[in-house]
Amino acid sequence: MAKYIVKRIFGAVITIFIAATITFLLMKFVPGSPFTSEKTNEIAEAALNEKYGLDKPVYVQYGKYLNQLIHGDLGVSYKIQKNVPVVDIIKQSFPVSAKIGGIAILFAVLFGVPIGCVAALKRGKVLDGIIRVVSTTGIAIPGFVLATGSMLLFSIELKWLPTYGLDKPSSYILPVFTLGFYPMCYIARIMRSSMLEALGQDYIRTARAKGMTQFITTFKHAMKNSLIPVITYFGPLVAYTLTGGFVVEKVFNINGLGRYFIKSIENRDYNIIMGTTVFLATLIILMNLVCDILYKVVDPRIKLDQ
Amino acid sequence: MILKNTKIFSNQIEVCADDFAPATNKEKSNLVTLGENTSYWQDAWRRLKQNKIAMVSLVIIAIVFIFAIVGPLLSPYTYDQQVRGDENLFPCLKHPFGTDNLGRDLLVRTMIGSRISLLIGVGASVLVLVIGSIYGAISGLIGGKVDTVMMRIVEVIYSLPDMLVIILLRIVLNDPLQKAFDSGSFLGGLQILGPGIIAMFIVYGLLYWVGMARIVRGQVLQLKEMEFVNAARALGADNKRLIKKHLLPNCVGQLVVTTMLQIPSAIFTEAFLSFLGIGVSKPLASLGSLASEALNGISSYPYRLLFPAATISIIILAFNLFGDGLRDALDPRLK
Repeated sequence: MAKYIVKRIFGAVITIFIAATITFLLMKFVPGSPFTSEKTNEIAEAALNEKYGLDKPVYVQYGKYLNQLIHGDLGVSYKIQKNVPVVDIIKQSFPVSAKIGGIAILFAVLFGVPIGCVAALKRGKVLDGIIRVVSTTGIAIPGFVLATGSMLLFSIELKWLPTYGLDKPSSYILPVFTLGFYPMCYIARIMRSSMLEALGQDYIRTARAKGMTQFITTFKHAMKNSLIPVITYFGPLVAYTLTGGFVVEKVFNINGLGRYFIKSIENRDYNIIMGTTVFLATLIILMNLVCDILYKVVDPRIKLDQ
Repeated sequence: MILKNTKIFSNQIEVCADDFAPATNKEKSNLVTLGENTSYWQDAWRRLKQNKIAMVSLVIIAIVFIFAIVGPLLSPYTYDQQVRGDENLFPCLKHPFGTDNLGRDLLVRTMIGSRISLLIGVGASVLVLVIGSIYGAISGLIGGKVDTVMMRIVEVIYSLPDMLVIILLRIVLNDPLQKAFDSGSFLGGLQILGPGIIAMFIVYGLLYWVGMARIVRGQVLQLKEMEFVNAARALGADNKRLIKKHLLPNCVGQLVVTTMLQIPSAIFTEAFLSFLGIGVSKPLASLGSLASEALNGISSYPYRLLFPAATISIIILAFNLFGDGLRDALDPRLK
């Protein structure tokens, strides 16, 4: 087990390194320096390039970049907030995104798992049909359609909920709902099929034959085993909430990391783009790692050496 | 009662000379084939026809294709034509979907947006199919060290967060492609598409094939070891026959299904990028960018959001459901 975990951590570190390298190289491919578009003369531009070390050869810059990265330094913003370290921008804005994302994940799991269970238990009934239609539709609707559509309906037409910001507790409802709806539907679908599979197993019949109640067989025996596929979805789920957050933050005007990311793309603030990408990529890769290890811990049937 | 039927049990079988005449070809063929021969595709089509949801989705997909390809030709407007005096119109007879603040007809813009979505979806899926299956087949067939190295590369690409890399690539590719387009060094056919779509294709071609490569490799490895392949080989089938009659029919179903399900996922990504403002280049309209533009005046002009949003949801839903139906029809083992 320990050997497997060490191996996986090593693999994750390499992936993070590759992601950082790809990010760096791609950003170097962009023609011109961040200052060419500004109204500066050549001398001033050269001075700026020198100041930020952009006049050095690429490998020197790469070495410097990696060294900074290991020390947790992601450079400074060139344009949006001049000379403010990217780390500070992330520190300031990421908690906002993490809060919404976290609640959305909680929402998706807390609703998705029971809904999937109910659908499996009521297989073939009307309720199952409704759940299947809703979850299939939910997967097909892009995040921005759901976000803008629900804002149009609940905030503008009905005026029940605020349209932007996060000032009141009620302003969390729409962002969390729109971000968590897709994963909720997805989890419900996974849960339904894995629950159906579990309910058909021999050990459920044995438990029933031994006199266990329906309640215990469902929740203790079947559910425990059918939760495993949901755990595997956890890694992609985190990746989805982080990138899906870009759209939700844009629609609802929330000052999270996603807004900064989009803003830095619009303004070509390459250091923020680079820093945010490396940060989010690291986060996603680490979440995948945790999820993979957890998966093997929970289900001993899965061979460790593979 | 049966015993009374002396004819069957009797020793004296009534025969005539005709019974000993050689069988005609027609009689022979009647004996050989009891039912009509159904090919793999006929069989799948029969199963698919029984699936009502899939058939409805197929009809919707056909309608969307007509809407997107024929629609703009019938419209009196073009997608970038600004009709003076028709700015900010609500849906009416002249403009069924209304107009935007520059007086552009939203019906034709939605049609063009659907066209882009379909183009991206189908184009990206074909790209993924070609790259993925060649890569996967080589890896699976050669095996050994080559396979290990090739699969390690796939693993690394697979574990990178795709959406972030896509955004990054899209930004980086923008300027060089724009320059190449301005200088006109591209071939005529590609010139129409614009740098945005080309960049999108490059992104898909670089990243999305890994899933397909894994599936194809898995199939090849699995099929190589199957008993029926051994049996066919033992019965003297040559490689050509083996590939044509045994390997291909056994994995073509999964290839078609995976490609089909890649379409909505590619459309999804395109809409996501366009909504964030890094999709197709202006003034071309995509369903994502139309929705993004609508966001600015959402409280006054909700219809601007409604039509593109509904269109993209319907397109993705139809492709998803059809793909599911196709999977059940082509590969009953997966059900």
